Amino acid sequence: MSNMRNRVSILDKPLNKSRSDVSISLFGLLFSEIVQYCQNRVYTIPELQTKLSELGFHVGQRVLDLLFVREKNYKRETKLLNILLFVKSSVWKTLFGKEADKLEQANDDDKTYYLIEKEPLVTKFISVPKDRGSLNCASFVAGIIEAILIGCNFPAKVTAHWYKGTTFMIKFEESVIVRDKAMENR
Amino acid sequence: MSRQAVRSTDPKKVSSELFTLTYGSLVAQMLKDYESDEEVNKQLDRMGYNIGLRLIEDFLARTNVGRCYDFRDTAEKLQMAFKMYLGISPSITNWSAAGDEFSLILESNPLTEFVELPDSHVNLKYSNIIPGVIRGALEMVQTEVVACFVHDQLKGDSTSELRVKFVRRLEDAIPAGED
Repeated sequence: MSNMRNRVSILDKPLNKSRSDVSISLFGLLFSEIVQYCQNRVYTIPELQTKLSELGFHVGQRVLDLLFVREKNYKRETKLLNILLFVKSSVWKTLFGKEADKLEQANDDDKTYYLIEKEPLVTKFISVPKDRGSLNCASFVAGIIEAILIGCNFPAKVTAHWYKGTTFMIKFEESVIVRDKAMENR
Repeated sequence: MSRQAVRSTDPKKVSSELFTLTYGSLVAQMLKDYESDEEVNKQLDRMGYNIGLRLIEDFLARTNVGRCYDFRDTAEKLQMAFKMYLGISPSITNWSAAGDEFSLILESNPLTEFVELPDSHVNLKYSNIIPGVIRGALEMVQTEVVACFVHDQLKGDSTSELRVKFVRRLEDAIPAGED
C-alpha cells in the first residue's frame, strides 16, 4: 500500500540507545497518574495489581524485542538460568540503570525463583496507605518481567510482594522445568 | 533511608525508554477503555494538567527562577523546563504581533519514540499530555494559557509544533471556605 503522507516508517529508524534521559520527578508523576487511572477502574487491591501488571506486560513485550535486537544480536535465550540472569542484568540496567539486587531459587520448589529489589523505582514515591498494606505498585514491573519470560517461551506467573524490600516471585510452569532438565542431560 | 550508590546513571534521571514505553502502555490502555480518540485526548490533557499542578513545585524548587516579567520570559522558562524534564530543547518561534502567542518546535519528542500511529486513530493527539502539563503548571503561577499541538511528527509533519496562547492573568483567589 502506498502511503500518501509519506512518513518515515518506524522500522527504518535506528534502535540506538537514546542519549537523553528524563527527569525522575516527571516519571514519578506520570506513574502516579497511571496508578490513579487504574484505581478508578477497579474495586479491589488484587484487581488494581493485575491492571498495573497488564500495563507492565505491554512495556515488557517491547523491551524484549528492543534488547534482543540491540544487545543480543537477535539471539534469544534458551536456558532457564540465562534468561533469569538476562532479566536481572540487561533488562534491569536498561530500565532502571542498575542490576537487580538478588536472584534466588526457592529451597523447596524448583519452579519458583525470587528476584529481589530493595527499592524499585516505581514504588519509590508511593506511600502505601495503612489500610492497604498489601498493595505493591511494583506489580507493574512484575508485568514487565512476565512479558519477557513468556516472550522467550518460558511461561511463568510473576507477582510482586513486600519481602526484603520488594520481591518478585517467579513461578514457572512445570513444562519449563522439564524442558530445561532435558536440555541439560543432552 | 540511605541509598547505595549502585546506580550508574544520575539518580535524578530515569531511562527515557522506560518513560516512553510506560506512556505508550497507558495510551494503549486508554484507547481500549474509551470509545473515541477525542475522549482519550481529553483524558490525556486532564492527566497532564494534574501532573503540571505538581510539577511546577518541583521546577521552582530545583531552579532559581523568580517571577516571569512577561510572556517572553515565560516562554524561555518553559524551554528550560523541557530541557530539565524531557532532555530536549525546543526552539521558540512564531510570536504573534501582540506577543501573546508563540510556538515551541520539537525536533524530537521522547514520548513518540517507537510509536507509530495507525490510520484508524488519525484523531488521536498522542502527546496531548504535554499541553496539559503546561496548562497546569502555568495555572499555578497565575497564568492561564491555551496550549495544543498544531503539527505532529506522528502525523507526517516534519516537526512537532506546540502552540501556546496567553489568555489572562489569574487573580489570587482565596480558596473556598477560608477567610
